[in-house]
Amino acid sequence: MCLAVPALVTSVEGSSAEVEAGGVSRRISIWLTPEAKPGDYVLVHTGYAISIVDEVEARETLVLLEQLVAASGGEGGSE
Amino acid sequence: MKFIDEYRDADLGRRLAARIRDRSSRNARLMEFCGGHTVTILRHGIRQVLPPTVEMLSGPGCPVCVTANSDLDRAIALAGERGMIVATFGDMLRVPGSYSSLQEARASGADVRVVYSALDAIEIARRNPDNPVVFLGIGFETTAPAIAASVLEAEQRDVANYFVLPMHKLCLPVIRALLESGEVRLDGLVCPGHVSAVIGSLPYECLPQEYGIACVISGFEPLDVLQSVAMLVEQIESGCPKVEIAYRRGVRPEGNQRALEVMNTVFEPCEADWRGIGVVPESGLRLREEYRRFHPETVVKVDVPPPREAAGCICGDILRGVKTPLDCGFFRRVCTPDRPVGPCMVSAEGSCAAYYHYAGGEGASAE
Amino acid sequence: MQNRILLAHGSGGRLSHELVEKVFLPLLHNEFLSRLDDSAVLDLSGRVAFTTDSYVVNPIFFPGGDIGRLAVYGTVNDLAMSGARPLYLSVALIMEEGLPAEELHRVVTSVRDAAEEAGVKVVTGDTKVVNRGSADQLFINTAGIGVVPEGVNVSGANARPGDSIILSGTIGDHGIAVMSQREGLEFSTPVKSDCAPLHRMVADMLEVCAEIHCLRDPTRGGLASTLNELAVQSGVGIAVEEEKIPVGDGVRAACELLGFDPLYVANEGKLVAAVPEEHAQRVLEKMRQDPHGAGAAIIGEAIAEHPRRVIMRTLLGARRVVDMLVGELLPRIC
Repeated sequence: MCLAVPALVTSVEGSSAEVEAGGVSRRISIWLTPEAKPGDYVLVHTGYAISIVDEVEARETLVLLEQLVAASGGEGGSE
Repeated sequence: MKFIDEYRDADLGRRLAARIRDRSSRNARLMEFCGGHTVTILRHGIRQVLPPTVEMLSGPGCPVCVTANSDLDRAIALAGERGMIVATFGDMLRVPGSYSSLQEARASGADVRVVYSALDAIEIARRNPDNPVVFLGIGFETTAPAIAASVLEAEQRDVANYFVLPMHKLCLPVIRALLESGEVRLDGLVCPGHVSAVIGSLPYECLPQEYGIACVISGFEPLDVLQSVAMLVEQIESGCPKVEIAYRRGVRPEGNQRALEVMNTVFEPCEADWRGIGVVPESGLRLREEYRRFHPETVVKVDVPPPREAAGCICGDILRGVKTPLDCGFFRRVCTPDRPVGPCMVSAEGSCAAYYHYAGGEGASAE
Repeated sequence: MQNRILLAHGSGGRLSHELVEKVFLPLLHNEFLSRLDDSAVLDLSGRVAFTTDSYVVNPIFFPGGDIGRLAVYGTVNDLAMSGARPLYLSVALIMEEGLPAEELHRVVTSVRDAAEEAGVKVVTGDTKVVNRGSADQLFINTAGIGVVPEGVNVSGANARPGDSIILSGTIGDHGIAVMSQREGLEFSTPVKSDCAPLHRMVADMLEVCAEIHCLRDPTRGGLASTLNELAVQSGVGIAVEEEKIPVGDGVRAACELLGFDPLYVANEGKLVAAVPEEHAQRVLEKMRQDPHGAGAAIIGEAIAEHPRRVIMRTLLGARRVVDMLVGELLPRIC
């Protein structure tokens, strides 16, 4: 649904974590993702991490997208 | 920003759009369930780069828009109670209830505070131990686990004056209700990415199986939405509807089990009144018995006046995808973001607000 | 001096005088203020620009500035947007009973520093104190007087189709800096308010191009609201390109996190100019030489089509309308 932003976990303390995204830092809760550790990226929604970002999948998605557009003969679009 | 910028690559986006135009030969009627997707689509002008065969309809996935007047009226009545502090996400502030809004209540002296997180509301409760603090629990499965966690945390930290008014909604029951009603014929569904980060992909399996519609779970950046539309078109062209996850970096088939556990510890499903749709069984959440003490009405009973709908408002039809904002006689003439008649015009991701802000209200975006 | 401001400090009696003598005069003294007359008598010739603004920012101290600095630069900039050379300011304070004297001192020191930096004099002032709860710590009103040089004719109504629209730098810094300190939203960010006086840059711009059509500073309501104002006042359409609008990383990140659109976030040290196309490059280069215009960019143009509307070309090459801000800027979850 909504606004969830990928942020880097920089430190963990109990059920809280300090995260950083684009230079902005905030204290959030990892109550819902207790396995999050420094170095992980998490999706942050209303101050809670709701999911750990799968970085491998993230890269693969971009590769997939490139393949997808290459398959259509590399047209630049009608713009 | 990492994991955001890459999915806004303009060049890749244009090429993806070209690919969709290439591949699409059959008519594809797609609904983006989630208001966040409606915003991405309108903000980046995605409709303009899609072929005429692909039609995008906005669905009821705006938790603010689908909150029934009776629920909002209750929240406003609580705000009117002496000493009560109401904490809410910003989305709800300007939504018109039957007679008033939280913003108007605040202007009349009610203590209504906008917060970013339920945790902020707990802080407010801690700093004001003599005042009951009610947090308005809205949102789908993306948000409900977080609110549930806040209840558990308040319990753990002994914050006795923290309360939650649960108005949460669940996605699948209402998607099924929409499809059952037969009012809207769909070929595909752009599924909510962050709800799915919590519930996973399995709950959607019934949709291709029982209704034959293609389903793709989508992220929120423009490339994510384009990728999802491309995948839906593929499914439709090949006649093989199924559930696919496009948003692989955020969603796993099993979802976030822990988040679901937390949500189910504090809440249980109940029937819910969806604006414009009516009562849908098992589509809302209420506090379980053991957490009922977190309901504000355990400390203060409020008189809620009988709800009434604004005459002529067709937000309900718009939410069901049966009409568009352009079909509404009030749109732009009477109902504007400054003077909204219904919630679809107020919520940042309500269809009408999105059309008004990004499409100029005159119809298709200015060319 | 007491530790806190009391109602008596505003009553005109002994404590009021003590406030003037112990806080205002030592910091703001000049030949006008020191006379302590009821009005300042000024010698002006030419076209006089006159403006006023009230400052109610909360919190009063934020990264990159405070309400005092804002109150000076904001009014200096309003004068500069008419092409005027800012000269004199009035400063009126409304203080909430209980305001710590130390905070008042900090704010007035900022006023002093900002006035010095901008080369303007605070020539008259007023202070009032209201009951606790009747004002949010401190409100400031400043009125400003400046003189518009011969031949300069800048107005929001002057934009013409074909004009280049130039933005002096990144958007959203001030709003995000202030927002980061608000209760319920606290986050730490390197973003600082961009609060700055722009009159020298404006004077330089007018030197290379006397025919600048419009100047406006995009404060509350952000760039989007200001562009809409210009479009409506001038009766032209404005077309901008999303890729050309500079947004700092920290602002983008904060906006993503909270659900804001940088186009609507306040700025306090930026301007938008509508300049005849043939002069745009020279004006741009001049701006980039100024410390407050280093990030200047041409972001679009005024056009004859869809008058009174602002249209943006998105990253995907599609077009969307950019509306004015509606309501207040609120963080959202959806």
